[in-house]
Amino acid sequence: MTSVATVPEGTVNPYALSHLDSLESEAVHIFREVAGEFERPVILFSGGKDSIVMLHLALKAFAPAPIPFTLLHVDTGHNFPEVLDYRDRAVAAHGLRLHIASVQDYIDAGTLRERPDGTRNPLQTVPLTEAIQQHRFDAVFGGGRRDEEKARAKERVFSLRDEFSQWDPRRQRPELWQLYNGRHAPGEHVRVFPISNWTELDVWQYIQRERIELPEIYFAHHREVFDRGGMWLTAGDWGGPKDTEPTETRLVRYRTVGDMSCTGAVDSDATTLDAVIAEIAASRLTERGATRADDKMSEAAMEDRKREGYF
Amino acid sequence: MTTTTTPLAETTLLRFATAGSVDDGKSTLVGRLLHDSKSVLTDQLEAVEHASRNRGQDTPDLALLTDGLRAEREQGITIDVAYRYFATARRRFILADTPGHVQYTRNMVTGASTAELAVVLVDARNGVVEQTRRHAAVAALLRVPHVVLAVNKMDLVDYQEPVFAAIAKEFTAYAASLGVPEITAIPISALAGDNVVDPSAHMDWYGGPTVLEHLETVPVSHDLTACPARFPVQYVIRPQTAEHPDYRGYAGQIASGVLRVGEPVTVLPSGRVSTIAGIDALGVSVDTAWAPQSVTVRLSDDVDVSRGDLIAPSGDLPASTQDVEATVCHVADQPLSVGQRVLLKHTTRTVKAIVKDIPSRLTLDDLSQHPAPGQLVANDIGRVVVRTAEPLALDAYADSRRTGSFLLIDPADGTTLSAGMAGASFAEAVRGGSTPEAAEDDAEWDF
Repeated sequence: MTSVATVPEGTVNPYALSHLDSLESEAVHIFREVAGEFERPVILFSGGKDSIVMLHLALKAFAPAPIPFTLLHVDTGHNFPEVLDYRDRAVAAHGLRLHIASVQDYIDAGTLRERPDGTRNPLQTVPLTEAIQQHRFDAVFGGGRRDEEKARAKERVFSLRDEFSQWDPRRQRPELWQLYNGRHAPGEHVRVFPISNWTELDVWQYIQRERIELPEIYFAHHREVFDRGGMWLTAGDWGGPKDTEPTETRLVRYRTVGDMSCTGAVDSDATTLDAVIAEIAASRLTERGATRADDKMSEAAMEDRKREGYF
Repeated sequence: MTTTTTPLAETTLLRFATAGSVDDGKSTLVGRLLHDSKSVLTDQLEAVEHASRNRGQDTPDLALLTDGLRAEREQGITIDVAYRYFATARRRFILADTPGHVQYTRNMVTGASTAELAVVLVDARNGVVEQTRRHAAVAALLRVPHVVLAVNKMDLVDYQEPVFAAIAKEFTAYAASLGVPEITAIPISALAGDNVVDPSAHMDWYGGPTVLEHLETVPVSHDLTACPARFPVQYVIRPQTAEHPDYRGYAGQIASGVLRVGEPVTVLPSGRVSTIAGIDALGVSVDTAWAPQSVTVRLSDDVDVSRGDLIAPSGDLPASTQDVEATVCHVADQPLSVGQRVLLKHTTRTVKAIVKDIPSRLTLDDLSQHPAPGQLVANDIGRVVVRTAEPLALDAYADSRRTGSFLLIDPADGTTLSAGMAGASFAEAVRGGSTPEAAEDDAEWDF
């Protein structure tokens, strides 16, 4: 009546790809599609693990030629020094060009105002979208993953943005097969997410398999932190802690790297990749749920920021 | 998640799609799969519990796990396809969660286009209904290799075997007549958790796999490597550096089949012949590569090859044509009309084209064909004849989902108009073969 398809025991399909190979192949395909169809693509590069994996994939996609894209970093002015150091070393090592859009410059010029909560993450949208317009980038690669957040689960691999960089989730193009439609009018651009289908664990397993170097803050280390809203924030020039927030030294690491004012460290003794992977596999908290204040602001915080032009 | 206990090489990736109408319990099934496979993390569950309480619901509404947009949560409906990720020790899963709502066809087409398996849900109390036939037809049209019929709400029919057996028999006969190659029927209760992740204690008479067991064991990708090799060229890699002064590689993702060093190949559409001199699999030189690997191919002759060309074994070439006959699913709000000028994107090649004819429109509810509709509107499926400005190396979609598929694009604003599948449609195969059982008593049947 019904036929049940199962692999006979003991047989190995010689053409089976591991899940990491499948994801890698798909991401490389996406990088090459953009190289083939766009005039001025740019990779958003923060020195965080997702953008580091993106850079690694782009290097593989075009080897032995150099990456045919420039990089763009939106610098909140509250970045971890270890991450900025990594960023600059990566740019130098691969002979890349880096554009920097600085939130601090906008604040100094009076065009952006510091928020009362001191968080600069939402302020990135304006420098980002203005840099895209100024440099006339027509494709902007981001390391966004659909597993990160429920609004991102709705994101296309190729996401058309209007001349104001806005995302309209109700007007997205259906995405069929591997046929990505990158057509856009002058002034519009396409956000491209080559690692859409990767999970946090995939990223870490890939980093391990490919032996990719990371900024050391991803591994457990002793750090002076203080508690704000249930998160361990790093004390620093960005404005923390307040007098009422005592600091202490703890053994911590970062699961995600963003603005210092809203990115929390997690207690961890994972000093190696194996230990980090074991910790993530056992964790009962999502990456963002554990460590990102900006997503806790409301049920639709990410969707609202994305509509305005954020990633 | 127990993934770290299994060596990486043993985990594979399965992409699948769910289809079901609003009350069939699709969200509950998805929620159950995620929840019982321990893929929902504490903070996500807390967010759902919190939101459910705010709405005055006693129990967490698992559908909120999958409704990501403000408008979806406000209206309590799923508007758009969402992609979900979960894993077991054996496999990683990418689930295209497609809404069963008004815009069902284009959404299911979107989800099914990349799926290797489709789960079609049926309410055990209602059996095979019009919507079930529509879902089976879309799965057949998109040539999804494996279809699972999940007969849900078995708890509401006292877990009776005859109820399940009758539905499974009717569906299997119908889907098989449409050319669906693999059909597996599983009796479940998504609400109670029977046979979704854990075997049911209420249905001793069922000896088959649970939904998750089946998802873990169904073979993937074998169909791609069994086909003739097709390599659409995406990008030409020419470093022109001191280290690699003469390197000229053709980058692309192998669409189907296997490529081997030393193999004689032909470049289409030019027809020039050469031999594969080397294959670079992302920095590693290999003798053999297969779909869907992204690689770079070097040829032994300095032939003219650029983005949009197709490299294929000289002994097994696709036909080149400027007259494309295909079935399309129209996915845009603006219509597609006879005489319309469009762009056609096929593999890595985009060409100008004109819609010469729309011979028929298919009604999925009963598979009847309506001749010469003049235009197709959103969610319509129809036969089209398209004339292209340049020849395309096109396979039949029945032979290759990757080199037989294309998009029609509006040149004015870039809108994706239609999803195209070249060659004969399943409906013609049905016409040529046996008449589906389910349609025997259907007055609308006009094959």
